[in-house]
Amino acid sequence: MADKSHNFISRRAKNIPPSGIRKFFDLSEGVKDIISLGVGEPDYVTPWNISDAAISSIRKGHTMYTSNYGLLELRQELSRHLYKLYGVGYDPDKEIIVTSGASEALDIAMRAIIDPGDEVIVGDPTYVAYIPCITMPGGIPVPVPTCMDDDFEMKASEIEKRITPKTKAILLNNPNNPTGAVIKKDELLKIAALVKEHNLVVISDEIYDQLVYDGAHTCFASLPGMKTHTITIGGFSKSYAMTGWRVGYICAPDEIIEAIMKIHQYIMMCAPIMSQIGAIEALKNGDDTVAEMVADYNRRRRTIVAGLNNIGLECHDPKGAFYAFPSITSTGLTCDEFAEKLLVEQHVVVVPGTVFGQCGAGHVRCCYAVALPDIEEALVRMGRFVKKYGG
Amino acid sequence: MKDILKALEADPKTTPDQLATMTGKSVTEIKQTIAKAEKDGTIVKYKTVINWPKAGEPEVDALIEVKVQPQKDFGFEAIAEQIYRFAEVRSAYLASGTYDLALIVTGKTMQDVATFVTHKLSPIDGVQGTATHFLMKRYKEDNVIYDDNDGIARLVITP
Ligand SMILES: Cc1ncc(COP(=O)(O)O)c(C=O)c1O
Repeated sequence: MADKSHNFISRRAKNIPPSGIRKFFDLSEGVKDIISLGVGEPDYVTPWNISDAAISSIRKGHTMYTSNYGLLELRQELSRHLYKLYGVGYDPDKEIIVTSGASEALDIAMRAIIDPGDEVIVGDPTYVAYIPCITMPGGIPVPVPTCMDDDFEMKASEIEKRITPKTKAILLNNPNNPTGAVIKKDELLKIAALVKEHNLVVISDEIYDQLVYDGAHTCFASLPGMKTHTITIGGFSKSYAMTGWRVGYICAPDEIIEAIMKIHQYIMMCAPIMSQIGAIEALKNGDDTVAEMVADYNRRRRTIVAGLNNIGLECHDPKGAFYAFPSITSTGLTCDEFAEKLLVEQHVVVVPGTVFGQCGAGHVRCCYAVALPDIEEALVRMGRFVKKYGG
Repeated sequence: MKDILKALEADPKTTPDQLATMTGKSVTEIKQTIAKAEKDGTIVKYKTVINWPKAGEPEVDALIEVKVQPQKDFGFEAIAEQIYRFAEVRSAYLASGTYDLALIVTGKTMQDVATFVTHKLSPIDGVQGTATHFLMKRYKEDNVIYDDNDGIARLVITP
């Protein structure tokens, strides 16, 4: 019998579309002097005090499982942290789970609330993991378009148009990957009103909460009456430059946490203990370093946004995260062609917008968590490229 | 202000135009801020960090602890100045603890440094003793970590 007839692969796995970024690995293979604006992580290494705390803990023999919920001290620190920043109170004993990154948090949150056929409203463009996280437990993603004219802010009015009797949840990403958009408080309040009216759950992925450049971040759960409707997801990867540590968290009312815990305890048991210990140090003594990194990202943000607009790639002002999302329609190329040719001809990597959804068409994502001289050089090369194609 | 200084500290070659873009301020405002900071000594100097051995110029540095007798009316100032004026002294600090002055002295060879200590430093009136530590390897200077790359690179593209 031919191997194919075994048909080992599940329909569910088959139905996950291939990742749109893999081919860029092949294209960049062996190319020297590449400047990559294609990353989704800080260029900083983890602040040393955090690494040091984790290393000493390993030396002392902290190498075991932790409580399924995560180390109590970390949950207490998280509770304090979220209360201090946003005035929202989560009980460290029963409203917080430490996860292996926000990635795991997203997956188990969806699995805990989605029944097959439930509709989940989600922004477009959107973080690449969201659609699979919705569809794997049988949910149906309902994309809400966002556009450059609104600075890619997700609008309550657009959400409302898509609410049906089957709508179970809204998945928010604030600040947003890939657009850098921040949803303003007045818009969040309008969304909150819909949530109340239609009795929906909000999964609020706020992993970029500390990377905002214009005013303060609003935690969705802190809005009046919203804590009981909200699953807050956050993490250490971005704010503290800890992507490789795989540690994040999920906060929700105890009833929801209990359901999520049933899944977390079997698929993950707990996040790595050394990463949890690093995360405690991050929360206790990380504020100054975060402030320095944010100030530095902000200088780069202004440089890249001004630079992109200068070379003819119209770019809105992204108020959070570390991404710019310029329009590339002036070149007459599709975003896929743009990204591919830019890599091959100018050795600059950007991510085509359609990787993040249909509304990403005509845009590319440029990460500015990149050294300033590299940003400047990338802009020069992109300028040459735009001249050639834009005419 | 802090934003401008941080950017200049990271790269003194950053132009006023670039600084204006980075901070969202006008070029005129940037130029005024810099001129003022230069004038009042907030910006001390624009400096280039050079790895001299790499440029084929051998260099030997020593950390020298100096115990001195403070002078009436002048305290440590006069004797410190008598010492730090020597071109060989790259940095000089008044320190608390078991000795008084900490110097970084640079020469082309160990002999150069030794000669400085025996012929210039030790004979000074009021210098009671010295301890010379030759520096064998430079790991980090002015926030720059030397050879800070063990080949770990970010992936070129991640979600
Ligand atoms: C919006 C968003 N959510 C979640 C994640 C995953 O983060 P973690 O490293 O905590 O799993 C990312 C990482 O790129 C992200 O951009």
